[in-house]
Amino acid sequence: MRLASALAIVAMTAGPALAASAEHGKLAFMQHGCWECHGTMGQGSIATSGGKRIAPDPLPWEAFSAFVRSSNRSMPAFSEKILSDADLADIYAYLQSIPKPPDVNSIELLKQ
Amino acid sequence: MARAASSTSLNRRKFLTGAAVAGAAVAPAAQAAVTVQTVPPRPSALRPSAAVAAAEIGTPQAAPAGQGVPASDFMADVIKSLDIAFVPCNPAQSFRGLHESLIDYGSNKNPEFVTCTHEEASVAMAHGYFKIAGKPLLVLCHGTVGLQHAAMAIYNAWCDRVPVIVMGGTDLDAARRPPGVPTFHSAQDIAALVRDFTKWDDQPVSLPHFAQSFVRAYKLAMTPPHEPVMIALDCGLQETWIGDRAKLSIPRYVPTAPPQGDLNAVREAARLLANAERPLIVADKCARTDNGVRLLVELAETLQAPVFDQKGRMNFPNTHPLFQNARAQALLREADVILGLELSDYWGTVNGYIDNGENDGAGLQETKIKPNAKLIGISSVLLNTKSNYQDFQRLQVLDIEMAGDAEATLPALIEAVKQALPASRKAAIEARGEKFKKAWAEARERTRQAAAYAWDASPISTARMAMEVYAQIKDLDWSSVGGDRQLSSWPSRLWPMDKHYRHIGGPGGYGIGYGAPAAVGAALANRALGRFSVNFQPDGDLMFSPGVLWTAARHKIPLLTVMHNNRGYHQEVMHVQRMANRRQRVAYLGKDLGPMGTRIENPAIDYAKLASSLGVYSAGPIADPKELAPALKKAVAAVKAGEPALVDVVAQPR
Repeated sequence: MRLASALAIVAMTAGPALAASAEHGKLAFMQHGCWECHGTMGQGSIATSGGKRIAPDPLPWEAFSAFVRSSNRSMPAFSEKILSDADLADIYAYLQSIPKPPDVNSIELLKQ
Repeated sequence: MARAASSTSLNRRKFLTGAAVAGAAVAPAAQAAVTVQTVPPRPSALRPSAAVAAAEIGTPQAAPAGQGVPASDFMADVIKSLDIAFVPCNPAQSFRGLHESLIDYGSNKNPEFVTCTHEEASVAMAHGYFKIAGKPLLVLCHGTVGLQHAAMAIYNAWCDRVPVIVMGGTDLDAARRPPGVPTFHSAQDIAALVRDFTKWDDQPVSLPHFAQSFVRAYKLAMTPPHEPVMIALDCGLQETWIGDRAKLSIPRYVPTAPPQGDLNAVREAARLLANAERPLIVADKCARTDNGVRLLVELAETLQAPVFDQKGRMNFPNTHPLFQNARAQALLREADVILGLELSDYWGTVNGYIDNGENDGAGLQETKIKPNAKLIGISSVLLNTKSNYQDFQRLQVLDIEMAGDAEATLPALIEAVKQALPASRKAAIEARGEKFKKAWAEARERTRQAAAYAWDASPISTARMAMEVYAQIKDLDWSSVGGDRQLSSWPSRLWPMDKHYRHIGGPGGYGIGYGAPAAVGAALANRALGRFSVNFQPDGDLMFSPGVLWTAARHKIPLLTVMHNNRGYHQEVMHVQRMANRRQRVAYLGKDLGPMGTRIENPAIDYAKLASSLGVYSAGPIADPKELAPALKKAVAAVKAGEPALVDVVAQPR
């Protein structure tokens, strides 16, 4: 899987206050089981995430972190006890680092 | 071990087959003794002679061992009378007599033996076969042990409303059967094991009884709701000898007309549908045949009503503008009349459930529909429900509920809807159709856009995997013979599912181990029809009965198996993660990528090597999407040449 950069500093306007590592975020994304429902690139699935994608262009940090901490829907909440603020910030950095997909019309197999 | 019948001892089986004859012969003699003392009244009719009685009852005298015709040859004749194409089975002592008759007396044709490595695979093959061929197979299971192996697959067939003729060998005569293993493998009521999830069972004790039972079993299995049936086959009865084969007859099979919904209820349902502002048709196991698809299209077009196809069968073409699965949840919320056709779970269709631990752990449960929405249901399962296993799901109260086969009821419903449609609503109904054309096109575009995400990812995205396969088979007459829920339903979202055989639905009871053998069974049926079969095979499912790949190689069953190798029992990966979060604990992974005990890694299974060892052409594991096309091209060529092939794709979880 490609990473946009080994180390991403999250933009101050959209990201968490902590300096964050996209590389470590990818590791945390896998270790904490985020990939299980969201796919390794946040692409989601109609089977596990209601078809919702979390990358690229994740929700603004405030909404993103609030949802992770307090979800009471299909996604189980991740409290600070099991997912630290630093790891969550890194996961967010990883999601931000995921590039946009190719234009669908440039993909021969999806031209229909 | 062969057993010769003793000529001196009482032979229970001879007694069973000959008892009726003896009874008829003894009665006149006893009466003659009485006439010495009294003058009897003149009988209104003469009693039949022993010969006439025997002919009427149709039970021939057993012949001495080694003389006459083997009893199981007659059983083979009964089976052949129903034109059953194959008999998938693992060989066993308890049906050795019938086995020998089918291959030697019956020339191994109709049915032809298909050697299986596990009875679960045998039944699942028959399950998949029926959903393509529309005809059941016979499955032979060995005694107590073989039937226990088969039980889970029988339950899947039960839940999926699929007929399978299961015959379980057993040796009833405790005084004669060999001690040791055959006795371990016998039971006094062997069918009890599967009685909760078979439609009917019997244990014939004579050959005429066998003929009746087998034809009845077939007939019941093939009457909607289609279900598996079970016949316990006495080992000893198979191995007796028939004195006069000509005295045995085989009942003629006449199909039973499927049950239809009550006509008054049909008219009332039609009135509600015709006057609805937002009708919705939901179909699960509705279309049993091509004609079922055609009828559902006609009903939907008559009403210009959207269809939510739950895909228990291929009910409705996804190329049709009224196919509205992408908007199904919104349509359920908006609907004023909902017609459910053979729904496995009506409650689950109109109610939501979220496994979030709320409600004292029972999860969030909330209705999806408007309070005044009218619910109509047509289902044949109402005619055949049992108590123990809970496949009948939660009770959903309906406004009109018909116990009948949906496909058989559709012609009357269509006619009633046409009569009930007010002319004044014609324009509004046409406008409704136009709205759905636009919605269909928009949904199609959204799906295409969604497929592009993670397009170049490794592990390979399930959308990429699906479309790389489609690119290789799109010009063939293809049939998708596996489920696709686990790969985000990409094939049924992006491939044109425009014919009944384009997909065959799922396992029914969601028992793992269905996928691979059901696909091989369906491919066996497609082989005779010249179709190209493809199966997206979950890795965990394959390992329940991987031996079925050998069966495909042994019997030259062309099937492309594309491994959806996510290296885990992924549903359980997510379940255990959910529990850990709910309990505020970090899930223990060990060296795995998911909670301990849920992953299939360390070591990863090399499915290509596995397939190769079983005689199947194979390639992989492939984790780079760019390598997929050439590997698939070669595999497709192998399948087109008549062989099974497997490509192992290391893929995203869903």
